[in-house]
Amino acid sequence: MDMILSALPSLLSGAFVTVQLVAWSLALGLVLALLVALALLSPNRLIAGPAALYVFLFRSTPLLVQLFLIYYGAGQFVAVRESFLWPLLREPYWCAIIALTLNTAAYTAEILRGGIRAVPFGQIEAARALGMHRGLMFRRIILPQAFRQILPAYGNEMIQMVQATSLASTITLMELTGAARTIASRSFQPVELFVIAGAIYLAMNFLIAQAVRWGEKRMAAAA
Amino acid sequence: MLELLSYGPTGWGDEILAGAGMTLMVAVLAYLVGLVAGSLTAAAKLAGPAPLRWLAASYTTIVRGVPALLVIWLLFFGGNGLVTWMAGLFGYGGRVELPAFGIGVLAVGTVSGAYAAEVIRGAVQAVPKGQLEAARALGMHRLLILRRILVPQALRFALPGLGNVWQMTLKDTTLVSVITLAELMRQAYMAMQSTRQPFLFYLTAALIYLAMTSLSDMGFRWAGRRAERGVRRTATA
Repeated sequence: MDMILSALPSLLSGAFVTVQLVAWSLALGLVLALLVALALLSPNRLIAGPAALYVFLFRSTPLLVQLFLIYYGAGQFVAVRESFLWPLLREPYWCAIIALTLNTAAYTAEILRGGIRAVPFGQIEAARALGMHRGLMFRRIILPQAFRQILPAYGNEMIQMVQATSLASTITLMELTGAARTIASRSFQPVELFVIAGAIYLAMNFLIAQAVRWGEKRMAAAA
Repeated sequence: MLELLSYGPTGWGDEILAGAGMTLMVAVLAYLVGLVAGSLTAAAKLAGPAPLRWLAASYTTIVRGVPALLVIWLLFFGGNGLVTWMAGLFGYGGRVELPAFGIGVLAVGTVSGAYAAEVIRGAVQAVPKGQLEAARALGMHRLLILRRILVPQALRFALPGLGNVWQMTLKDTTLVSVITLAELMRQAYMAMQSTRQPFLFYLTAALIYLAMTSLSDMGFRWAGRRAERGVRRTATA
């Protein structure tokens, strides 16, 4: 029991790093995913092609390889080390956020594309008939309906991201899994540590699931 | 630079290839473990007594809610602690370690099974009730209904989902490298350590994973098309 109590502060500060990684990569990932989804839907092949390639590459390879390519691989090149990106790529924290962002954006873009395509065409026709220009139509008509459509799937993606942040521990970042592992390796009760860490992850997922449910209800009420 | 990937004592080609073989072996075995665990769990959820249903629900909820990496560490520390303790009962004082291969297969299989269970449960529920009623009306006994009616149809509904579980399982094997099993990621890491060429080796690893996921995706699509033979298309499909 004493061991558990003394480990708790490290676990909680690890959980705080996990939350930061999740928040950064989900926020940045959503913005990138929106751009990629729009590119995927573009009739111009020069725009849709590279976007489809990006989605394919990041969904077909393991996140750990992506993370290592960025963390270990990028620093190999002098051009990278001398560029303005180096202060970011030197830090495990930012490498993890970059890899997680690129990864989640690929999955989310695919989800968003489906959501945008599911908006009934009559809605778009009506918006055009009212004289809305493209930007306004996207903001007022297409995106709100697409978001409502994709919320359950996006909720799953968010929960996947919480778990994916655990990979940051492989590049020396002391997030929740990394903290539990480090304490476990010099403890006589390693199993208890992972059980506590697991419970914290489950609590995070529960909060996300509740938020998604609340969002669904709110959006349904607005419709 | 490419001679680093050559076969033989000077290059890392053979080590990388052996690592890829190990990755496939862990993935296939873990997937099989997952299919068995998933089928039993789905059966428990659908038709088990209350305590089994509760156990099955806890398994899928917990394992799908925590990172696979945490499951690997838990089995690594927990499993080794357990065998060391048991060895102590027999008078052996030293530390005993389970093989990383076994822990890896078990851990990735445990995760795979939790996701497979949900896919299989959904597929079984998608088989029309009338089919089972008709089979019972014809006097088929339970095992025959399972073999002739339920499994063939459920398998068709489950195929796309099981394809996704396979892709996930294959990617999850990369995490086993943390307990130093010599699979593809670990071999790439060793090659990087000795040559200082991380980009080359991780790009090679990425391309090998890409080939594996793409080829198996084609395989599952082919199996899906085969399973759909003789199925009437509905108006929407």
